Amino acid sequence: MNILLGIILFLSLVAIFLFFRSTEILSVAKKKVSASFEDDTNSTNAIFGVVFLIISFVAIIWYSYDQFDNYFLPMASEHAPEIEVLFWTTTAITFTVFLLTQIVMFYFAYRYRFNKTRKAHFYPENHKLEIVWTVIPAIVLVSLIGWGLVKWNKIMGPPPEDAEVIEVVGYQFAWASRYPGPDNELGNANYKLIDVENIVGIDFSDSSSLDDFMPREIHIPKGRPVLFKIKARDVIHSVYLPYMRSQMNAVPGMPTQMWFVPSKTTAEMREETGNENFNFEIVCNKICGRAHFSMKHTVVVLEEWEYIKWKKSQKSWVEKNPDYYANFVKNNSSEFAILND
Amino acid sequence: MGVTKTIKAKPNVKIDEHHHDEHHDQSFITKYIFSEDHKVIAKQFLISGIFWAIIGGALSSLFRIQLGFPDMDLTALSPIIGNWLTPQGKIDPEVYLALITMHGTIMVFFVLTAGLSGTFSNFLIPLQIGARDMASGFLNMLSYWFFFLSSIVMFISIFVEGGPASGGWTIYPPLSALPQAVSGSGMGMTLWLFSMSLFIVSALLGSLNYITTIINLRTEGMTFFRMPLTIWAFFVTAILGVLSFPVLLSAALLLIMDRSFGTSFYLSDIYIAGEALSNQGGSAILFQHLFWFLGHPEVYIVILPSLGITSEIIATCSRKPIFGYRAMVYSIFGIGALSFVVWAHHMFISGMNPFLGSVFTILTLIIAVPSAIKAFNYIATLWRGNIIFTPAMLFSIGLVSFFISGGLTGLFLGNSVVDINLHDTYFVVAHFHIVMGSASFFGLFAGVYHWFPKMFGRMMNSTLGYIHFWVTFIGAYLVFFPLHYIGIAGYPRRYYSFTNFETGRIESFIDLNTFVSFAAILTFVAQFIFLFNFFYSIYRGRRASENPWKSNTLEWTTPVEPGHGNWPGKIPKVTRWPYDYSKPGSKDDYIPQHIPFSSTKDSNMPEDEHR
Repeated sequence: MNILLGIILFLSLVAIFLFFRSTEILSVAKKKVSASFEDDTNSTNAIFGVVFLIISFVAIIWYSYDQFDNYFLPMASEHAPEIEVLFWTTTAITFTVFLLTQIVMFYFAYRYRFNKTRKAHFYPENHKLEIVWTVIPAIVLVSLIGWGLVKWNKIMGPPPEDAEVIEVVGYQFAWASRYPGPDNELGNANYKLIDVENIVGIDFSDSSSLDDFMPREIHIPKGRPVLFKIKARDVIHSVYLPYMRSQMNAVPGMPTQMWFVPSKTTAEMREETGNENFNFEIVCNKICGRAHFSMKHTVVVLEEWEYIKWKKSQKSWVEKNPDYYANFVKNNSSEFAILND
Repeated sequence: MGVTKTIKAKPNVKIDEHHHDEHHDQSFITKYIFSEDHKVIAKQFLISGIFWAIIGGALSSLFRIQLGFPDMDLTALSPIIGNWLTPQGKIDPEVYLALITMHGTIMVFFVLTAGLSGTFSNFLIPLQIGARDMASGFLNMLSYWFFFLSSIVMFISIFVEGGPASGGWTIYPPLSALPQAVSGSGMGMTLWLFSMSLFIVSALLGSLNYITTIINLRTEGMTFFRMPLTIWAFFVTAILGVLSFPVLLSAALLLIMDRSFGTSFYLSDIYIAGEALSNQGGSAILFQHLFWFLGHPEVYIVILPSLGITSEIIATCSRKPIFGYRAMVYSIFGIGALSFVVWAHHMFISGMNPFLGSVFTILTLIIAVPSAIKAFNYIATLWRGNIIFTPAMLFSIGLVSFFISGGLTGLFLGNSVVDINLHDTYFVVAHFHIVMGSASFFGLFAGVYHWFPKMFGRMMNSTLGYIHFWVTFIGAYLVFFPLHYIGIAGYPRRYYSFTNFETGRIESFIDLNTFVSFAAILTFVAQFIFLFNFFYSIYRGRRASENPWKSNTLEWTTPVEPGHGNWPGKIPKVTRWPYDYSKPGSKDDYIPQHIPFSSTKDSNMPEDEHR
């Protein structure tokens, strides 16, 4: 194998060498003043440019049309269509500019290729023209910015008050989630309390933590605003939900948040994609170490009534781990005494 | 530096009476190794840059194999990359992260900053403004040798226990601060930070020299607005470097403190490897602000020299003045100034205040205006030209093509709300590889093909140049354009593998990814055509004439191989701007900058006074 590679390498070097020598000798024979100046390959290069242009445009347009469904993800949150409208408007504008500028450039390169009988047109400036192509992009950009900012402020703005609050914690290389339980209040947590069992460091001296529960998979209701309170334990991670068009980094030492309104249940998505095993997933989207690529967490979107039912069936963490809690109370009895005063 | 040996000695260079740095009978060491001659230093930077580009490209081929052919057994490569492989002959996931980190670091800093600015700022500034050398030859030499040291440290870091840095080229802490988080954050990261600190020293010494030289050493008549656009670009690039690199140094120093001395600048509330760390009160986001305060101007440090080179080549090879010279200058300044106030567009979803996101969206999209002006002006320069497709010209046109296609996707990513979904996906990878990777590389190639005759006194083979161009141009598009689709489908970057990934239809993705890998490796291999052409032409290329491209700028008035001091006699006096190509009434289609108006009476115009 290595010998074969060596031979191929050697032969290609010889080929390049022979090519080099023969073209040099040829150009000397043709008595060119200096290589690559005003020679007859000029038109060939100009024509190549046009051919390249046509083939690549046909390829791009055909592939985009043919493969659209394979790359465009169905939208599963209420704000997703708003982002996508802006995305596709931007695409329409930029693709038009892309087509026009590349066509004009390669056409000029072809049309004005060197010709001995002609002299270039001395044309150093034209203020009107320059003002035109300063002002038009500026106007287009301002409208894109304005549009974008209105949506940005809405999507990133404060969540509705009735949002379902769920704590999402990233750590190498998995996600955990914690729900506030019937009292609708997440208990305190402290990273110093984290251990193998209490993976998000719940502080049980806070009484509102006692009914918090931590399911294996995140469940959220369709049609209701959902607020993720995001934390990271060790390094930066990123909560990315591609179908929801939602993303926010998880930063150690700095809680972040994001909210959205799911618009399709997992069951509906399974039907739409024709994939029985379809699941929404949080994928980690910030480089975080060895198993970054496999750091995922299933998110189940339910109809609201299903969600209420599911939530009722969940047992609190304390209920599931009574021994741990008993130990905690014993070791932190002084704090509990203060609380009871 | 083997290549520099080939420069013919010119012992009998007559030195102008104003020139005091006389170096008669230099020894080999002072002439070629610890040289203070800007031309030799430029070549040193170029050869080092080429060395790094090969390493950076080879690393990318390795991880493209992992992405495109995940089942391939690489045991055959074990003599070269032995302990980077798992027992199954696959690349280890942490090695994969190390590969992308080193690929990014090497390409951005060692190739496209040092290799590009280092080569062409050094080579062209004194030659084009009419100076004997840089303001301080000694500092210039130091600049190269700091870079050399930095290169050695970075190179060593690839082979240390635990592997090189592997937190991405942006080295966000805490990942880069904690060896428990990833093994590359041990010795590898220490060396990375040490190497980059040396690199920053080198960049500062270089930049200060470029600025001083441009301001102080212009020849008589070379007013600012008679400088070629290359010089303007190098000038603004150097200013950006001086203002932004120190911030990276401070970011790196704080990171070194956090890593080694127990401080908490970036660390807070961390539980890792079964242990709660005592660090509290730091901010991981602070590092991102500091990093991108350099990082974004860095993008322009990389692209501006290429745009300058291209402006010069497009004008020369279209035989036309560059369209809108002043607008080009102002847009270089506009881009330079704005590049300092857009950094946080890399951080829209980092958790910073969304209001800050709004501000940076506005500023970011404004920077598209001067960029658009540049692109339109290039195209207007081609209009009604008389275009000669030298390899340099082809690469310049390629650059403009990339600059447009990559720049346009910036309108997606710069708009914060659209960025929510595209952030850190392959769309970003596509965007910056086209607009700053490919475009800058094309500027580098264009510059090498164009100024090779002045560097080595010989011509490169143009037919090989054409083949190199077309394979690379088509190849680069085939590699980077498909990544847009992958990004739109929500595929995150820096993933070792996409098995069981739930977005999009995985089959078409796998096909496309294999295709991209195939194209990437082919394009990389094609670069050996260039390498052969480059090194072989140094010795065996056809002899060049003094001004083979019939260009106007001052470097072409020097002898075929300019000696120490650049001009054997007096430095020519400049009387006009550098773009008098195809002037009506003139017999030749070019009038070099030093030709006085008194000898071109037939072609003088009233507007000449303002140029």
